[in-house]
Amino acid sequence: MADKPKIAFFDFAGCEGDQLQIANLEEDLLAVLGHVEVVAFREILTGEYSDTYDIAFIEGSITRPADEIRLKEIRAKSKLLVAFGACAAIGGINCLKNFHDESVYRQEVYGDRAHWYPTYPARPIKAVVKVDAEVPGCPIDRTEFVRITKELLLGKEPYLPRHPVCVECKQVGNICRYDLGRPCLGIITRAGCGACCVTEGAICWGCRGLAPYANLDAARVVLEERAGLSRIEIQDLMRLYLGYTSAPL
Amino acid sequence: MKEFETILSPSAVKKINVHHVSRVEGHGNIVVEIDADGVVKTCRWEVPEAPRFFEAMLLGRSYLDVHQIVSRICGICSIGHQLSSLQATEDAFGIRLSEQTLTLRKLALHAENLQSHILHAGYLVLPDLLGVPSVIPLAGTHTKELLCVVGLHRLANEFSRTICGRTTHPQRLIPGGMGKIPTADDLKKLKKSLEDSLPSFMALAELFAALKHKIPSFQRETEYIGLVSPTEYALYWGQIGSTQDKQRPTCFYKDLTREYCVPQSTAKFAKNVGESYLVGALARFNLNSELLSPKAKKVAALLDLKPVCTNPFYNTLAQVVEAVHSTEDSIKLLDNLLTRGLKLETVEAVKLRACKGYGAVEVPRGTLFHAYEYDDTGRILRADCVIPTNQNHANIQKDLEALAPTLAHLSEQEIELQTSMLVRAYDPCISCSTHVIDLTGQPAEPFVRFVRV
Repeated sequence: MADKPKIAFFDFAGCEGDQLQIANLEEDLLAVLGHVEVVAFREILTGEYSDTYDIAFIEGSITRPADEIRLKEIRAKSKLLVAFGACAAIGGINCLKNFHDESVYRQEVYGDRAHWYPTYPARPIKAVVKVDAEVPGCPIDRTEFVRITKELLLGKEPYLPRHPVCVECKQVGNICRYDLGRPCLGIITRAGCGACCVTEGAICWGCRGLAPYANLDAARVVLEERAGLSRIEIQDLMRLYLGYTSAPL
Repeated sequence: MKEFETILSPSAVKKINVHHVSRVEGHGNIVVEIDADGVVKTCRWEVPEAPRFFEAMLLGRSYLDVHQIVSRICGICSIGHQLSSLQATEDAFGIRLSEQTLTLRKLALHAENLQSHILHAGYLVLPDLLGVPSVIPLAGTHTKELLCVVGLHRLANEFSRTICGRTTHPQRLIPGGMGKIPTADDLKKLKKSLEDSLPSFMALAELFAALKHKIPSFQRETEYIGLVSPTEYALYWGQIGSTQDKQRPTCFYKDLTREYCVPQSTAKFAKNVGESYLVGALARFNLNSELLSPKAKKVAALLDLKPVCTNPFYNTLAQVVEAVHSTEDSIKLLDNLLTRGLKLETVEAVKLRACKGYGAVEVPRGTLFHAYEYDDTGRILRADCVIPTNQNHANIQKDLEALAPTLAHLSEQEIELQTSMLVRAYDPCISCSTHVIDLTGQPAEPFVRFVRV
């Protein structure tokens, strides 16, 4: 009987909310564990049980040189490396600090000891090592996580929708935010979440990253004219999650 | 027996270096060194968590976005951060909440308390009491107990979903109200599920009562700090209470969270009356146990937990008691909402002006303070946030110092286990709180305004 595939979880600068979604699989977690062997998952498991991994899941962004070293070590030991969660996949909220002058806030926070605490602009995992797949979202959708893991274990390329959230909003029958005079980044964000935030009465903040071929120029016009946002307000909205992309910032 | 051999060989120096303690949220190291005579030479709790600079992230952001950004400080206590943040914003702009919103917010906090305490007691601490490295083997050896824990955890998550949209980074909470409210049907179903869960909670309590002897009996008196209220077991709001100090309104939180340097550690710690203090379920229990719900009091009696309890390892037991309290209190609050009927409410328009506000909420791990200063366009000028785990770091260090000498005769594995269990008992949420420790022996400056993320 073949050995079960070895999977491992690691995290960097993030909130561990995505790893929590794994624990939130509840009874399904036990079913998943029947098919894989978890060899490292510091949040719930003591000890590391393998020197190599079939799939390594990485949560969190890279915010300092020491993390690059640790990440590259993990990459060297993994057949497949998956960035899960917005911080790992696209940089996430951590990139908000990139818009401030680093020397200024480091000086302010650390004073004359700033040079002892090396940090640099936050970046996603793919900026440092090759990433084989991503599970987007802030937090991730755990059913999507299970599906992508299954696809990887079957040797398939994981499916991620290539259309924007608007499609899913219409599928569930939400009233378009723009019809209510509110902004929404669903127009340029990759679907796959079921438009959950709009369904819960909020707007889409773009946590899953840009949809392929998202029309950023048109999006800016729509945000200005339909939602009446000023340039600063559009910038604020885009920077929440799209701070590491080419979105108009 | 290896332990016996260690006692017999007098020249055994024991070095414990737990790199990235497991079964805690975030990254922390325990370093203990005991020389051949059983004298503790080194004893350190280190926190090498990567800084994220939430202070920089918040500068200039609109009051409408602030709670969504700070939500991402922590995945487990995101509801708590949102609630404390909204309290600070609403305090600043003088926004008043309706009774319905207040009740929904209290329910959200109970849901988070439940989810976090069950995760901690069941997934993170229970393995130590059953001698396994994680919950995973329990699926085979203690199936019934594990399914009980998992079932309660699932209920807590469904509870969060019903009230605020989802457990992690919920979408429904907005300044002054809710973006969407549950239906009466949702609440009826939820109330029934909570009522049906009480026997499972009693089973969980009985399990911990049976395993209580596996928890080290270590005592160290310290100051216990938490919110207090004359009318309820304070979670959503209250004044800052202490077992050794007078009560204060929450806007005076800075008088409490004062920092000092210690020679053997480079991290600054918080202290109030003594050298350290403790926040969290144990502190709340010690301050407010009289106001617990009836079944929670029964569970406390079952676990033989009495105030003032000075064993930090029993924080987990206090969490089990609180989980029962949160369930019973939520049933009461749901009754309240169902009786009065839910109404669609519009949030009153906010008058923007330069202002300051303070929020304090008891999240699962202790008192969380958010303080904001806004400019006249409603954007953040200054933000401060004091995390419960941050307030506990000094206490963890002091506890380690008191505990290590009593373990000197044990094997390295045993010392590693017990010191790790001590850290785990605090249920630290380290990515919420970071002290970037400089290991070259120079004192580290504290984060000037925003605490350590």
